[in-house]
Amino acid sequence: MNLLEKLDAAAAARKALLPEGVGAFGIPIEEVYSATEARIGERRVLLLGTNNYLGLTFAPECIQAAHKALDDEGTGTTGSRMANGSYYGHRALEREFADFYGCGSGIVFTTGYQANLGTISGLVGRGDTVLIDGDSHASIFDGCILSGAEIIRFKHNDMADMEKRLRRLGDRAETTLIIVEGIYSMLGDQAPLADIVELKNKYRCTLLLDEAHSLGVLGETGQGLVEKTGLQKEVDFITGTFSKSLCSIGGFCVSNHPQLDQLRYVSHPYIFTASPSPATIASTRAALQLLREGGHLRKQLWKNCTQLYNRLAEIGYQLGPEPGPVIAAILDSPKQALQIWQRLLEKNIYVNLILPPAAPDGKSLVRCSVNAAHTTEQMTYVGDSFAKLYHEILQS
Amino acid sequence: MTDNNYNEIIELLCDRLSSLTDSEVSITAETNLISELSIDSVKLLNLIMEIEDAFDISIPINALADVQTVHELASLISKIKSAS
Ligand SMILES: Cc1ncc(COP(=O)(O)O)c(C=O)c1O
Repeated sequence: MNLLEKLDAAAAARKALLPEGVGAFGIPIEEVYSATEARIGERRVLLLGTNNYLGLTFAPECIQAAHKALDDEGTGTTGSRMANGSYYGHRALEREFADFYGCGSGIVFTTGYQANLGTISGLVGRGDTVLIDGDSHASIFDGCILSGAEIIRFKHNDMADMEKRLRRLGDRAETTLIIVEGIYSMLGDQAPLADIVELKNKYRCTLLLDEAHSLGVLGETGQGLVEKTGLQKEVDFITGTFSKSLCSIGGFCVSNHPQLDQLRYVSHPYIFTASPSPATIASTRAALQLLREGGHLRKQLWKNCTQLYNRLAEIGYQLGPEPGPVIAAILDSPKQALQIWQRLLEKNIYVNLILPPAAPDGKSLVRCSVNAAHTTEQMTYVGDSFAKLYHEILQS
Repeated sequence: MTDNNYNEIIELLCDRLSSLTDSEVSITAETNLISELSIDSVKLLNLIMEIEDAFDISIPINALADVQTVHELASLISKIKSAS
């Protein structure tokens, strides 16, 4: 089989899973009206498949800041910070992230994907070990591959399995980086951080926490799981993305270890890529300010999350173990998931369809992402729609 | 010692693999895990976890990338076991 034939084989496998004409992946969105509505084809749909957790995509403060940066500094930086220089905005945003987490230093990356790639491959290398959760995001996994370290996975959120693997490492635990996520993007569940910290201290490893989905969502000021659990001092490195609750694009790493700064000189995903554009940085800085002051947004977000989670559980859907902005209905077959996804779209509700192998344990998911801009009425409509489909599709 | 260890591993692998696959192929050290046995990746990962517990080892995922046959998997397990 030549290279192109291999791609054809992969395309055939994909088409076997999804009937012709069903564009569940990369669905064309023609127009975006607000943080909760857009046009898909001729339908005005309710957006329930974005990561816009605080609903800030149209926040006037962010839009104005981005406009001003465009006017003042132009469209792009045209190069990497190492070679082409660090703008005032890049440095200011790094200070603001460090201040937000009460940490000594922070680094901004061009995407959240690169924040994980750059941090992980800068911290560990050949001869070191990474111990990662079985449900880790691809950016964590790819960062581990890039690093050359030995990759060991533990069963998702299973502390007995994690400890067993730490014990097996023996002396190598000292050069081991444990990596977990604040909220997992598939089922919306949180890492048992207090237990993880206890094990990290017992075995003297280093701990990296990715707050991609928990930033803005958990904790009094929205720091994430570290703040909710009060464990800021125990986590060595925190990464996150600007692409979800901050509604732009980019990523960061903060730490109390001054060695973080060294990553700027060794980490290829930081060095060999262009820095974020001035407008991106400006809107992110404005969004970070709104996020810190956004207690009311978190309150509304959690009200929506709890409402929808409880309703779906009541109907009988199998869900992830706890409520959160990611609410996934777990279906036994791709066919059921696809049917529910299609019927929801017919009811003008856009959610995410996740099929194996992307979903854990060979399951299929219909995943909803709730945000602070959704109204109680919208959540009720979504709940009613799911209820009808449960009877039509799962009980027939 | 190492040889015994290796044979014991092969035996365990062949036994577990034959219970996981529907295919009629008789499983030997040279059987290719991917092309000859139609075992899906979830089942294979579960098998790996079972083996890890049986031998009290962790098999790094990157090491698995080089594994095609039962023999290669057994050698890898034996190598990790003797290093631990
Ligand atoms: C857990 C996790 N980490 C990192 C990322 C990458 O973020 P970005 O979209 O900024 O590349 C994502 C986003 O998909 C994620 O879910």
